[in-house]
Amino acid sequence: MAGRLSRRSVWSRARRPHVRLPGFASIARVIVLAALAVYWGLPLLWLVLAPSKTNYQLSNGPPISFGAVGQLYDTIRHLFGYNHGEVAQWLLNTAFYTLSTLLIAVTCSLLAGYAFALFKFRGRRLFLFLTLVAMVLPDTAMILPVFLEMKTVGLINTALSVILPSAFFPFGVYLAYVYYATSMSREVFDAARVDGCSEVQLFLRIAFPLSLPLVGLVGFFNFVGTWNSYFLPYVMLADDAKYNLPVGIGALASGAGVFRAGPVLTDILRPEIALAALVTVLPILVIFLVSQRTLVRGILAGATKG
Amino acid sequence: MERLTRRASNERSARDSGAKHSFAKVAYAFALPYLLFLAAFGIGPAVFGAALSLFKTTGSNRDFIGIANYIKVLGDFRFVPAWTNVLTYLLIWLPLMTVGVVAISLLLHVRLGRVSTLMRMIYYLPGAIAGSASVLVWLFMLSPDVSPFGPALNAIGISDLYQVIRPANFAWLFAVIVFTTSAGGWIVIMHGGLQSIPTELIEAAAIDGATERQIAQYVKLPLIRRYVIYMFMLSVAGGIQIFVEPTMLNQVGSASSGGSLSPWWSVNQLGFTYAFQQADFGGASALSMELLVVSLLLALVVVFRTGFFDVAELDR
Repeated sequence: MAGRLSRRSVWSRARRPHVRLPGFASIARVIVLAALAVYWGLPLLWLVLAPSKTNYQLSNGPPISFGAVGQLYDTIRHLFGYNHGEVAQWLLNTAFYTLSTLLIAVTCSLLAGYAFALFKFRGRRLFLFLTLVAMVLPDTAMILPVFLEMKTVGLINTALSVILPSAFFPFGVYLAYVYYATSMSREVFDAARVDGCSEVQLFLRIAFPLSLPLVGLVGFFNFVGTWNSYFLPYVMLADDAKYNLPVGIGALASGAGVFRAGPVLTDILRPEIALAALVTVLPILVIFLVSQRTLVRGILAGATKG
Repeated sequence: MERLTRRASNERSARDSGAKHSFAKVAYAFALPYLLFLAAFGIGPAVFGAALSLFKTTGSNRDFIGIANYIKVLGDFRFVPAWTNVLTYLLIWLPLMTVGVVAISLLLHVRLGRVSTLMRMIYYLPGAIAGSASVLVWLFMLSPDVSPFGPALNAIGISDLYQVIRPANFAWLFAVIVFTTSAGGWIVIMHGGLQSIPTELIEAAAIDGATERQIAQYVKLPLIRRYVIYMFMLSVAGGIQIFVEPTMLNQVGSASSGGSLSPWWSVNQLGFTYAFQQADFGGASALSMELLVVSLLLALVVVFRTGFFDVAELDR
């Protein structure tokens, strides 16, 4: 029995235990949870509102308030005018790196997971083991050695130096492996083979169309990880025109001197920095909000990596 | 019945054994792209880094010097402080994570419904603000004149950002920043773990007169133990590698006097300094290897001892 991995046990609605809390404790619980929601929610709310205010308004008005649409427009203009539109370049870079990585990672993960799940071949156990270990190891563990590798092959400061290492996605392989091992029916495959289907056709015509939830899950985790990546591009990319957003906004905030004691650049002030941070996180935030339910299901269905 | 099916499958595998050979080739073809990446970015760097840590590179000369890099790095005046900083950070952050995530998860699980689902989502959203952006947001949140938490900051005597962003406070600062970003995801996972507890157990305990606290302590907590251990191990492995937060803070902030903060606060930062400021790749590799070994040991414990990755049960 596949136990915890069976669709029914995961997908079915949780039955609620009938436990009562005494009235006082129940209220205390709600208060604590609400306080936590304020702690976690307020910074986000502030971030969304900050670009609509002037630098003066940020420190002299209520923190949670909307400024003016005109002011928002000015902030956008200042930020995207910085250094000949460098921020827009960073946005494009980030999108390009992330989507390229996504394409490669999802393809490799699906194919490999499929192979591990449904075929027996020499070295399979070893590769699975290596995948698990690599998956649990933090990404930052190998960045300096990867840099030295890239330096040796002369790929430093190129898009590939950022795309290729991120396309190595053992977690995606693991997800695909679990998915294919638990949800593909042998009988359908055997029948198709008897009918003369080649393995490649089998994958493309039968397995892949059934894998869309998997593609979503692998894609989601890979996208979020790559979009937000800082250490790898920081190490690999020397030209600021090639930066992605996370690295770029660090350089921007540093150059603008907004958090430093001392003189500051005139155009890039705190609202612009806030907008820069917002632009960086917005796609991820939107994806989080939109995919909440599917995501939670996916996480519970066997993805035990945080 | 079993013997019948076993014989049938034996016959089938005998029949297929010719076909199995071609299966294996196709399987390799499917797995090959990933395996190339595994070699290049999984195993390769570990081997390459280990090898490089045993050499001294000056210009284009490479001299084998054994463990001399490790000894030199050990004697560096920044080595002990870097490890101390990282361990202090862990000492603050790990209890915060473990206790915080578990307590909040249990609190949410007391009553499931729209409120708890909404809360879980709100706690999870800040996970989108990862890495460098979260440092920026935090610098704003800790500036009393700008932050919605301004009054609270003033109440505890903080009137100025520079009172907070001092190297002495870094361990606390990073612990709070990373907790805020990563707790939400773990709370979702803990929720999954709690949901896998059969409700009969909880109901039985309730019928026996257990309070909610007792149920949490004696029924739920033991049954999510391995999730907690898993979270703990991964947090240690990731925590010792901390790089983004101290680097960002150093780049963006400054001391109130205007001086820089700390370019080699964490071990990874020190390794980075060796590689890029001193062009000492041997030393940088030595530091990387130290971090890697610790993380690797933890990874092995997680894979083999937590029972999460029981691939045998998926094999047929």
